[in-house]
Amino acid sequence: MSDSQRIRLLSSSLIVGFFLMWEVLCILLNVSDLVLPRPSEIIVTMWTRFPVLWPHILQTLYSTLTGFTLGVIIGVVLGVMVGTSKIAYAVAYPLLVGFSSIPKVAVVPIFVLWFGSGTTPAILTAMVICVFPIVVNIATGLATTEPELEDVFKTLGASKSEILWNVGLPRAMPYFFASLKVAITLSFVGAVLSETVASNMGIGNVMMTASSNFQVSLVFAGLIILALMGVSLYAAFSWLERRVTGWATRGNDIAVT
Amino acid sequence: MSGGMNMSASIPATPAKPAMPGPVHIRPALELQDASVVFGAGDKAVTALSPTSLKMKSGDFLALVGPSGCGKSTILKLVSNLLHPSSGLVLVGGKEAKAKELRIGMAFQNPTMLPWLTIEQNIMVPLKIVEPFKKTFRQDKKGAFRDRVHALLRQVGLQDFATHYPWQLSGGMLQRSNLCRALIHEPDLLLLDEPFGALDQFTREELWQIMQNLYLDRKPTVLLVTHDLREAGYLANRICVMSARPGRIISDEPVNIPQPRDIGMIYSPEFVEMTQGLRELIAQVRST
Repeated sequence: MSDSQRIRLLSSSLIVGFFLMWEVLCILLNVSDLVLPRPSEIIVTMWTRFPVLWPHILQTLYSTLTGFTLGVIIGVVLGVMVGTSKIAYAVAYPLLVGFSSIPKVAVVPIFVLWFGSGTTPAILTAMVICVFPIVVNIATGLATTEPELEDVFKTLGASKSEILWNVGLPRAMPYFFASLKVAITLSFVGAVLSETVASNMGIGNVMMTASSNFQVSLVFAGLIILALMGVSLYAAFSWLERRVTGWATRGNDIAVT
Repeated sequence: MSGGMNMSASIPATPAKPAMPGPVHIRPALELQDASVVFGAGDKAVTALSPTSLKMKSGDFLALVGPSGCGKSTILKLVSNLLHPSSGLVLVGGKEAKAKELRIGMAFQNPTMLPWLTIEQNIMVPLKIVEPFKKTFRQDKKGAFRDRVHALLRQVGLQDFATHYPWQLSGGMLQRSNLCRALIHEPDLLLLDEPFGALDQFTREELWQIMQNLYLDRKPTVLLVTHDLREAGYLANRICVMSARPGRIISDEPVNIPQPRDIGMIYSPEFVEMTQGLRELIAQVRST
């Protein structure tokens, strides 16, 4: 209890200390705000330009979450298909690895070619980039299910789908949620990436435009906003993971009475 | 045309009252006709079970003992349809095992509780899968079925642990829950694969008594695989000895001690003499 509080205190002071150091060093070394603006300037910019930034934040969030949702649906379906059959697992694996090893930046031009610039390529990039970790994790979770657990259901005469719903999928949940944390971060990266290349909306585009206009503190404001959004998304999914799959980590919040 | 069967299937799922021994459902007999199991083919073929024949009456409590690797567990897997015979027939309730004509309850050596469910939810699993309980599972899981689980948990002394998770329980407690799960759907046929194997002597003897009570309450047909001769003698009313791999049944004797049996009985001279006889028999088949 006191340990976890101390860790929390230390990590918040590390974050505050980082920004303080940044501020102090900029002042001491007299760094031009065209190169590296001070945190205080960035915060002021964020505050004053917030009405302009807000729709872009929503846009990025929208692309990320839409792409992510599509990616999760596709990933779960593929993962279940691949994971429930040993043959499918072996057959599909090389192709999946092949797809996953393509640098995702490379697909953006293709999406722009097909759908023009704008929201669609951002959503699609966010989707494509997050499918693979979900597929692999679901498939691994299903493929590593203890046969003894399945035997319990088989002796009762359970059907294949009953076994999948009652053993396979719950067993794969910790893997699934672990992959969601990774996937949401990747989707976010994918969406911003696509926005910087081919969009006139979104934080990625704001940063790109600000950079070409030498509005350096606005570029950094965009960066900070991205960091905050990324952390919030990650935190939201870690929270969800703990709630749903506490049994796997034997969470301390499940009280032993 | 199957009106009679449906009648018995639609009996409401209330906690079991050991009523007068009425024909709630037809108690099935179990029969193996020259059933054998061979893994692999050609030179690498391994015979797990030589052609074996075995018949069980309804309400029999049969213990299967023998040296390890003799195919005891293979027989259980045949009966529970986890394995299919390479030759011969396995008839359960007069039909082939895969026909699923009857309710089977099985307790393995490892408790195999699902770690994401509470003990209560784990024990309810058979009610979720097996008819006729499955039909009303959604309505009854918070009511009648839960009462039923709690009644059974009380019988094995776990009433305070219904909402605990499996990892919060000790090995002996898990084994008790395991028995509850095997019995909750009132199986016609109970298959026990060394369910008390990994426990200390005191817990084991305690669970033997619980097992005996549960058996005398419900009188299912029980097939118990064990390598503990005292366990076999205390619980069963018939003991079959199997030879070393590839196994077959070499001795089939009744245990003529009236039930319920007192646990102190296992230290009586007659009982020791009986287990001693079985011991020598197994020692012989091991050395040949």
